[in-house]
Amino acid sequence: MSERIPKWADVVLVPVISLALAFVISGLVILAIGENPWEALKLMVNGALGSSYGWGFTLYYATNFIFTGLAVAVAFHASLFNIGGEGQATLGGLGVALVCLALPWPHWGLALPAAVLGAAAFGALWAAVPAWLQARRGSHIVITTIMFNFIGASVLNYVLVNVLRPVGSMDPATARFPPGASLPTLHDMAAALGIAWGRNTPANITFFIALACCVLVWAIIWHTRLGYQIRAFGKSEGAARYAGINPVRITMYAMLISGALAGLMAINNVMGEAERLVLNSVEGAGFIGIAVALMGRSHPVGVLLAALLFGFLYQGGAELALWTTIPRELITVIQALVILFTGALDNMVRMPVERLFRGRGAA
Amino acid sequence: MGARQQTERQATAAPAIELRAISKAFGPVQANKDISIRVERGTIHGIVGENGAGKSTLMSILYGFYRADAGEILIGGRPVQIPDSQAAIRAGIGMVFQHFKLVQNFTVLENVILGVEEGALLRPSLNKARRVLGDLAREYELDVDPDAAIEDLSVGHQQRVEILKALYRQADILILDEPTGVLTPDEADHLFRILASLRDQGKTIILITHKLREIMEITDAVSVMRRGEMVATLKTASTSPEELAERMVGRKVLLHVPKGPANPGRNVLEVENLRVVDAAGIERLRGIGLTVRAGEILGVAGVAGNGQSELLKVLGGFQRATGRVRVNGDDIDLTGRRSDGQTRRARGIAHVPEDRQALGLIMDFTAWENCAFGYHNAPEYQKNALFMDNAAMQADAQAKMERFDVRPPTATLAAKSFSGGNQQKIVLAREIERNPDLLLVGQPTRGVDIGAIEFIHKRLVALRDAGKAVLMVSVELEEILSLSDRIVVMFDGRIMGERLPDQTNERELGLLMAGVAA
Repeated sequence: MSERIPKWADVVLVPVISLALAFVISGLVILAIGENPWEALKLMVNGALGSSYGWGFTLYYATNFIFTGLAVAVAFHASLFNIGGEGQATLGGLGVALVCLALPWPHWGLALPAAVLGAAAFGALWAAVPAWLQARRGSHIVITTIMFNFIGASVLNYVLVNVLRPVGSMDPATARFPPGASLPTLHDMAAALGIAWGRNTPANITFFIALACCVLVWAIIWHTRLGYQIRAFGKSEGAARYAGINPVRITMYAMLISGALAGLMAINNVMGEAERLVLNSVEGAGFIGIAVALMGRSHPVGVLLAALLFGFLYQGGAELALWTTIPRELITVIQALVILFTGALDNMVRMPVERLFRGRGAA
Repeated sequence: MGARQQTERQATAAPAIELRAISKAFGPVQANKDISIRVERGTIHGIVGENGAGKSTLMSILYGFYRADAGEILIGGRPVQIPDSQAAIRAGIGMVFQHFKLVQNFTVLENVILGVEEGALLRPSLNKARRVLGDLAREYELDVDPDAAIEDLSVGHQQRVEILKALYRQADILILDEPTGVLTPDEADHLFRILASLRDQGKTIILITHKLREIMEITDAVSVMRRGEMVATLKTASTSPEELAERMVGRKVLLHVPKGPANPGRNVLEVENLRVVDAAGIERLRGIGLTVRAGEILGVAGVAGNGQSELLKVLGGFQRATGRVRVNGDDIDLTGRRSDGQTRRARGIAHVPEDRQALGLIMDFTAWENCAFGYHNAPEYQKNALFMDNAAMQADAQAKMERFDVRPPTATLAAKSFSGGNQQKIVLAREIERNPDLLLVGQPTRGVDIGAIEFIHKRLVALRDAGKAVLMVSVELEEILSLSDRIVVMFDGRIMGERLPDQTNERELGLLMAGVAA
């Protein structure tokens, strides 16, 4: 059996068509509420990509999505559907907060590695329980990771209200992190090079950690024994058992890496942006990660591109809500349409494209 | 060819089926190229060909699963369109698939009327079916208990239900796809008697098989396909297995690999009182004991599903068991952490599993990734403590594929893009080139082309001659008889007996396989 469609069509053509369809339908919806879709698109592109200010936000959102997207992608390679990115990122935030508040950090260069360890460890820990239940008891990981999202939110609620809330504060949030734990923003870094870029935007050094994680995931999945075993297990559990690959161990490792990646998102939003831990700091990025991984075909490069796209949608959507009468809810509709077309309805585009290629081959 | 004679006969009776210039392409692959064939009424017509020769495509066109790109189909001399299987049934075509399409927890009667119930109430249909089935049973030796649930029937009886279903739907033309793959020799003989009496009653039967012996035994005419083309249609009486094999492959093939006498040495594998209970609590192995010596091939015969798979899984390290197994004199663990495939490999056991697509290979992996599968921890595949050496793995795979004549010898292709025979060669290359003390091999040539069968048999004999122990499980008695130095027969999780290949025959082995102590 030969490949059904060429690789470039699978990787580029199908997602682009899906995306175009999503935008066309979004345009129709905008038209239906009496706004000009073309103007709306221009506003989104300008707002998200037209200035270094827009880019500063787009990259900040994209950084979140890179982490959660990679988390889902790694689990996908082991054929595990980790829907718990939200909870793992929440707990990662707790890890970051505990590390940042533990010491009066003298310099971010010391605080960052420690916070990275804290975020990864807490995220991995939160993934470890569902992973163990799946590997040992056969409890389905989709169910358990969803449940752990709720448990994670409740745990955070309890800890913020009862443990970490500064005395006298009415706000369920931690104290501000010490100044020595404040990460340089991309604006600071550009300024150090004498470039004026992205003033007052939240994009920070974590973006480069996210890029490094893309490379790391690529290396692990395709160049290490662990990655080889994860992929083998993901493609065929029966064959993996034949080869002497331990299903329990691979499930655990894959989910620990996945949870750690999701947890690392907290470096960006908690340490890099908010500089304290608040309730619901993840804001759905864990779920966006699923769409990012699906659209990115579980490949780090694809995840990076998809994360940038969703970063654009987030920032562009915010601009749209700011400057037009298009209601905020509609932005969610546009994002949902993109998720729907690139993720859930992937086959709707794929099958006609396959037919097209088959037809051309037969002629 | 006696063309005039044929035209004369055509004038008296139109052929049951005639295909004219049928072509079908899937993308760039031409599965059927300009196929023309005439199947005379009241004959058994065999169709042989290697995997991928286009037999299944042709039959799928006839049964309405695919639509031909060009050509026409004539039934009883009249051109017909067969857009779907309902149309095929209306045209009088019945199909018995290799994998039965029966509802397991329905009775025979319920399965027979499924889809052809008359009216809203079942009772009249069931009564009618009971009557018709009784007639058919008397006429064709097709007796099955009409009230038995399918899941309680043997495979041979299930197949009869499939035939009954077709006959109940007034089929005049019966297509059987590899019908004997799952049958004991006895059951196969019975099937052939049924087919012969169907033919004598004027039914037309098309038999698709890769077993040349069956073609010679039962068919009246045989068509040979190769690479999508019909290369010959011959009278069975005037051909030979050797000629058919040569036409199928396109070159001369050895149907029996020559081998000298075995030189058995010390015991490599000793199995005592091996027991396996499956997840449903059913005992799959009931106290197996056997030995395999260095320099011999032990053949394990039996109908599929009598414990051979479990035996291979236990020895290969992915099925727990109780009992005692020694390799080169040392016990191996049957439970616990050190009973896995990695430990087995370290003890010199290599395993070519029965189901290469589900177990032996990762179909989405490239050939080079598959060539290291199971041995991925070997030091030669590591670049350093962290990374694997993908380049070394590719070079290693390339060399192995060339030595085992894998076609195409392209290590970067996905395993799923190779034919069955070449997939099997990849698995064999990986396992044999590790130079194991003991090779476990299940169904070495299942779904493998005749040309590749010859190659695989030669390799197994060569491994034996190099002083290695080989335990071979196969449901093909011909293969068991021609390759083994000793034969054990399994039935219902037990060993029914041990025979020497030159002192037994298919008949005796067949009785043992059916659980009859000879």
